[in-house]
Amino acid sequence: MKEIILNLFILLTVVPCLWVALSSNIVHAAFSLLVTLFGVAGLYVLLGADFIGVVQVIVYIGGILVLIIFGVMMTQRGKLLPLSVQLPGRFFGGLLSSIILVALILAARRSKWPAAASLGEPEPTSAAIGDLLLGKYLVAFEVASVLLLVALVGAVLIVRRSVRGE
Amino acid sequence: MSYSLPSFLIVSSLLFCLGMFTVLTRRNAIGVLMGIELILNGAGLNFVAFSRFLEPTQTANLLSGQVFTLFIIAIAAAEVAVALAIVLVLYSQMKTIDVEDFKDLRG
Repeated sequence: MKEIILNLFILLTVVPCLWVALSSNIVHAAFSLLVTLFGVAGLYVLLGADFIGVVQVIVYIGGILVLIIFGVMMTQRGKLLPLSVQLPGRFFGGLLSSIILVALILAARRSKWPAAASLGEPEPTSAAIGDLLLGKYLVAFEVASVLLLVALVGAVLIVRRSVRGE
Repeated sequence: MSYSLPSFLIVSSLLFCLGMFTVLTRRNAIGVLMGIELILNGAGLNFVAFSRFLEPTQTANLLSGQVFTLFIIAIAAAEVAVALAIVLVLYSQMKTIDVEDFKDLRG
């Protein structure tokens, strides 16, 4: 049963991902990205990372993807852009990606991973992650929050200056 | 695929390589951003998979990989906000978001 659900989520992740890479329509690519991100959230939950799965849905699907679709809508007035580069660039890009993909898959399959003695049932992780964030990783947590604030202010400044400058 | 570490590693390799292909071949700047999101997702999936399957000595170590993924998600949010601001400014100034037209900084 677990394997069926796992394979379902793997399909849900990989197939739309192909569409993101190959589709010639940017709107289709954006909505395929939505399905891919949802599939990755499902994989997180299957790995026992319930908190990360929920954060993935909230931040990626609720935030980043809405921003991306918003950007698509804002920039696609008039003519539709030719989406991908011409054939030589596509060929070399595909070649490079395939070589790295084959190398990574071989590395994943051939390596002897030190296996966990017994794979326990996943437990709720939110409390423990909260402890880690406000304990062991407090500095990183604060730096990340400052980074988010700076990025927000920076994004507003960049757009505002261009609106004023005209 | 079975419920084991290599299955998840292969899925995240696929995410990474398709993301890289997207970044390399898209001419639309927002398409390039989507490729970057795929790459970051591949990395995050790797962290969570390793933290699940490799020998955890204690609970704190078990969850460190998940905390890393949390930081990756936060940084992806910051990155996409700034990148979209830049794309919108470029669009308002140059009336295009084709990355092959952005050559003003070429030496």
